[in-house]
Amino acid sequence: MSAVVTDHEHEHHDHKPSGIKRWLYTTNHKDIGTMYLVFALIMFFIGGAMAMVIRAELFQPGMQFVEPNFFNQMTTVHGLIMVFGAVMPAFTGLANWMIPMMIGAPDMALPRMNNWSFWILPFAFLILLMSLFMPGGGPSFGWTFYAPLSTTYSGDSTALFVFSVHIMGISSIMGAINVIVTIFNLRAPGMTWMKMPLFVWTWLITAFLLIMVMPVLAGVVTMVLTDKYFGTSFFDAAGGGDPVLFQHIFWFFGHPEVYIMILPAFGIVSSIVPTFARKPLFGYASMVYATSSIALLSFLVWAHHMFTTGMPVAGALFFMYCTMLIAVPTGVKVFNWVATMWRGAMTFEVPMMFALAFIVLFTIGGFSGLMLAITPADFQYHDTYFVVAHFHYVLVTGAVFSIIAAAYYWLPKWTGHMYDEKLGQWHFWCSLISVNMLFFPMHFVGLAGMPRRIPDYALQFADFNAFISIGGFLFGASQLIFVAVLVKCARGGEKATAQVWEGAEGLEWEVPSPAPYHTFETPPVIK
Amino acid sequence: MALKHKPLTFKLAVTALAMFGFGFALVPLYDVFCDLTGLNGKTAATAASADAALIDTSREVVIEFIARPNKEMPWVFKPEVRRMTVHPGEIHIMNYLAENPTGRMIVGQAVPSVSPGQAALYFHKIECFCFTQQQLAGGKNMLMPLQFYVDPALPSQFSTITLSYTLYDVTSAWTGDTAASSQLGE
Repeated sequence: MSAVVTDHEHEHHDHKPSGIKRWLYTTNHKDIGTMYLVFALIMFFIGGAMAMVIRAELFQPGMQFVEPNFFNQMTTVHGLIMVFGAVMPAFTGLANWMIPMMIGAPDMALPRMNNWSFWILPFAFLILLMSLFMPGGGPSFGWTFYAPLSTTYSGDSTALFVFSVHIMGISSIMGAINVIVTIFNLRAPGMTWMKMPLFVWTWLITAFLLIMVMPVLAGVVTMVLTDKYFGTSFFDAAGGGDPVLFQHIFWFFGHPEVYIMILPAFGIVSSIVPTFARKPLFGYASMVYATSSIALLSFLVWAHHMFTTGMPVAGALFFMYCTMLIAVPTGVKVFNWVATMWRGAMTFEVPMMFALAFIVLFTIGGFSGLMLAITPADFQYHDTYFVVAHFHYVLVTGAVFSIIAAAYYWLPKWTGHMYDEKLGQWHFWCSLISVNMLFFPMHFVGLAGMPRRIPDYALQFADFNAFISIGGFLFGASQLIFVAVLVKCARGGEKATAQVWEGAEGLEWEVPSPAPYHTFETPPVIK
Repeated sequence: MALKHKPLTFKLAVTALAMFGFGFALVPLYDVFCDLTGLNGKTAATAASADAALIDTSREVVIEFIARPNKEMPWVFKPEVRRMTVHPGEIHIMNYLAENPTGRMIVGQAVPSVSPGQAALYFHKIECFCFTQQQLAGGKNMLMPLQFYVDPALPSQFSTITLSYTLYDVTSAWTGDTAASSQLGE
């Protein structure tokens, strides 16, 4: 009997089931991390294809390719997929892969729940994408699903939309609980709070934000569902409700959500910049405090999305000042990254290039955010392409660039091979040029009054939009180079050392490359 | 799961559940906040007391009346006059004309809104058809009264107050229960 048990344990220890079962049943943080990352990449291309439809339609004024209703579905589902399907799962994938290795833990604390939180995700997006093929089409009310657009005026795909958001929310909450429990309980002996890598810190704070606001999102979609199908009147004035209430609840979730999508990016850049500057991070403690204050402030600024709803002056001033206050901790971070590079022995491999582009372009997005925070100016900018330019600078050249930087940075650790540096540099320069062609002119057309989410536009915007669309197509095509790099690197290449990068420090660089299936089964000793 | 993870996992799961509840708690909290501050242009849903405050004859305030039926509401619905000039403290009656041009009984519910929102706290309704649901048989018409006064404490920067009513068709939700129906005016 004892022999059987030993045999059984032995099997679990070293082997993994082959084929599809390995991935379906896996509780290994590296497998789950890989699945999250691949899933996010697929979603990035699906959401990107929708962006291509949008840009094709906007290439010329007038209606060319799609019906307005389909255009609206594209803007809506593009937003939902990029936020919940690409950026958030990519960060969760990075957390799964890296956090246990960074804190010297053998795995995530709750491995079975980890399997669940990944495997419900494909179904959520299957439901959302299938709704596009329903009679009447998929959700078309914008990713913000404002009532009454999503209640009174929406089609029956709304029910599918609501359920898919519920599933995404449950997945994120489970993932966040797992991250917190792992970081609290599984740090290697000697890994004190202020010795944790910043990626771990930023993810810990992100996970708390997720637990605080994802349930509120679940609540508000539930209210939309009951308003639409079960006769409640949360947002219906006829029954005593209030449509503006929807915006308050949504943005109470929505604003912390944008920090959920950027705090892990700060952690990534704080890992990459010291490596390639060959200097320790400048101002580690201030980074931790800045991240925490951004997270706290994120709960006090939601109504800056609603300045035009007719808010009293006192409210507008409160939200305007709180919003501007966020620039202070964010400025601390940018200052620290620049100070880290100051007099460093810098080299410019692809991860560093993307991190540098992040610092510059994210700051541009931050500045346009400050412009939008000024209440009287916001009345001009509200719902124009200026807003689109702002949030794409912080989300594409911010969050997405950081994820790409992280992929290049840790790819040798994941695959055991160096990626093709030359191809990677091509990917970087093509992305950098095209992304600015795509989003920078949107500032100008926005300031000139071109409204967002509309399939047609006034003739004077024609040249700018043609240029923007070309930038969009080029940016989309540039990402195919990324796929080429990934495939090439997974298949083979120059053997990577354990440390990979000359200046890299941290526990993840002490295990061999590729990282073995099980790492740190006995906790490392932290000096 | 390992035993040492249970307490923390449990606490975090409870926090998530509590935040789900908090999302719903925001609904009444929002109403309470609006009632207390008068932000959002919400007026009181119940009658103000009729003891006339001091009439301030030195000051005039213009009250504008807007009334419109909701898109799905077939009634004709309009105020007797579009605007009136009042002294703060004076009690006035304003009649709204409602006409049901269809052949069936329809129940209506008017939802008020005051602009600018900050003036909503100072606009008192002693009696209003918006406190309850109104039913009107097909082909009939009626006058619906509103009795109101403007609080003399109205801050001096407000010289015009606009009172807007949107009338909704609530026939399908009508139960005939007046206690329940007066709730809907909130």
